[in-house]
Amino acid sequence: MSSQTSVAEHSSSGKTSDKVFKGIAYGAGILILVALAAVTLFLLMRALPMVTGNQKQNEETIVSFTGGQATNFLQYVGPLVFGTVLVSALALLLAFPVAVGIALFISHYAPKKISTPLSYVVDLLAAIPSVVYGLWGGLVLVPHITGFWTWVAKYLGWIPLFKGPVANPSRTVATVAVVLAVMILPIITSVSRDIFVQAPRLQQEAALAMGATKWEMIKLAVIPFGRSGVVSASMLGLGRALGETMAVLMILSPGLGYSFNILQASKNQTIAANIAAQFPEANELGVSTLIATGLVLFLITFLVNFFARKITEKATV
Amino acid sequence: MSDTVSSNHAAPSHDTAPSIDFDKFKPTRSFIAARKRKDMAMRLLIILAFFIALIPLVSLLWTTISAGVARLNLNFLTYNMSGVVGGNPTPSGGYGGILHAIIGTLLITLGAMVISIPIGLMCAVYLVEYSNNGRLAKAIALLVDVMSGIPSIVAGLFAFSLFALLGGPGTVNGFVGSVALSLLMIPTVVKTSEEMLKIVPSDLREASYALGVTKQRTITKIVLRTALPGIVSGVILAIARVIGETAPLLIASGFIPSTNLNLFSGRMTTLPVYVYNEYSQGLATCSATALQSNPPCLPGIRMERAWAAALVLILIVLVLNLVGRLVAKVFAVKTQD
Repeated sequence: MSSQTSVAEHSSSGKTSDKVFKGIAYGAGILILVALAAVTLFLLMRALPMVTGNQKQNEETIVSFTGGQATNFLQYVGPLVFGTVLVSALALLLAFPVAVGIALFISHYAPKKISTPLSYVVDLLAAIPSVVYGLWGGLVLVPHITGFWTWVAKYLGWIPLFKGPVANPSRTVATVAVVLAVMILPIITSVSRDIFVQAPRLQQEAALAMGATKWEMIKLAVIPFGRSGVVSASMLGLGRALGETMAVLMILSPGLGYSFNILQASKNQTIAANIAAQFPEANELGVSTLIATGLVLFLITFLVNFFARKITEKATV
Repeated sequence: MSDTVSSNHAAPSHDTAPSIDFDKFKPTRSFIAARKRKDMAMRLLIILAFFIALIPLVSLLWTTISAGVARLNLNFLTYNMSGVVGGNPTPSGGYGGILHAIIGTLLITLGAMVISIPIGLMCAVYLVEYSNNGRLAKAIALLVDVMSGIPSIVAGLFAFSLFALLGGPGTVNGFVGSVALSLLMIPTVVKTSEEMLKIVPSDLREASYALGVTKQRTITKIVLRTALPGIVSGVILAIARVIGETAPLLIASGFIPSTNLNLFSGRMTTLPVYVYNEYSQGLATCSATALQSNPPCLPGIRMERAWAAALVLILIVLVLNLVGRLVAKVFAVKTQD
């Protein structure tokens, strides 16, 4: 460019700005690559002392975090991973049927006129900040839901999952799962709805013409079409639930263990909430430990999102 | 099938064609009833699902509004928390406020916008206008998807450890929070801008090129201008998403009771962190005499403040959502269908 004569440069005044603009656009794209690489690299670097550093100091840090319940990193992160997956899976289990129901309601049952406002209402759930969910969960849901959990434990207590004694206040995995289910409901609903709306019209009408009832039509023509989309939507929801911090931090009474007794308090803790809870008092090595757990969380959500994307790709091709 | 001629009806027919007893294939009445019942049950369940989702929404909004209004007044909005002791009233006549948190939220979000909007927008321009779906573009698209799945607390950890390296260990200020938020905001900005740029008709681009306009000018003057309402709306929705983030700011920006106007130094409180902080402190201490004085010391003041701040936060988020949708609707480019 600089080698060109000034005349040529003059005649094409837009050319340099053209190049600059293209360069900026390229740069922005590459910056995204770099940013993500940096996230992984930095977190790895900070987490490294956990593996290579003075093992005795590491042990002391973890013992001080857990009150002596764990002595090495694997013992520490294992229950956290278990708690995270347990809470998220329960939340997904609760949210999935309701979300698919709402998606079908909006796409096939509600009158055309009100279907758009209805989806706004569901989107409203997504707009509410997680800290407000935490506040609501801690101050409103916890006192109100204890009675229900007591009832569940009384009649379904023979299932190990619902074994009593029910914690009161019920700052338990079960309550947290309910709040997380509400939080991931909108994302599952909106993705599923978008898929259901696209279900082939002709097949639906053919099913109805053959005398199928509405539900049979949905079972025959809508659900098979939307299956992969719904699965990927729930994966996205699961990814969101895995990384949720505030609602868990504000509601759950934490504990470190592998327990399926979701109605009892102080049994489990999630990675994200644990980071937020321990971070303010953590020293240098403590921060490293927490970052290492954060990396594990990152890995889990990455895998979940990756599979969600793979499923959508397969469906769209 | 033709063998199954019913012998009951054995009408002496002259032709050889078998007479089929269609009644035999007729579904029984109970079968039809069962199908209808199942249809009805599913219909009820599906409608029920919608109302189940309404319960938490209504309950949450109702409690936030009813509990938040009690403490939401001018004093609450115009004072910070410095000089607030326990549940005692402040000399100004109130019980502390959220001015510092509102300022912190605005500054940190502004910082995040300044970082993420140019990067996100230019990345979208690259993906749509320059990449030609090459390998780099595919890698970027994949990573943007991955980025949108980063747990918010991990973004906070990243910003914290990045600045621990750049500015010495334990660097906590508003800008660290901005970086954390922009990490969460960029994917949303890229995705919505990409969608909007894609729907700009290529006729417009070709017409512009035909007139001899350079690519840069075509993009800035034609493509971006056409897509502007959609992009603005997407950006506003992205802001609405990150403005309620708590976990990363808890780590990256910390908490202080006084107002901090400098984004680059010192801790900075934001509204969500304020809500969490008030909630986590529980009941305030009040001496026996203070309870009787006028205005009295309120033990439950922290929860009242938390609800009021939550109400302000929800209002901000809802207004942003509304504005975002309105911008998209009102200024939308009219495309021929």
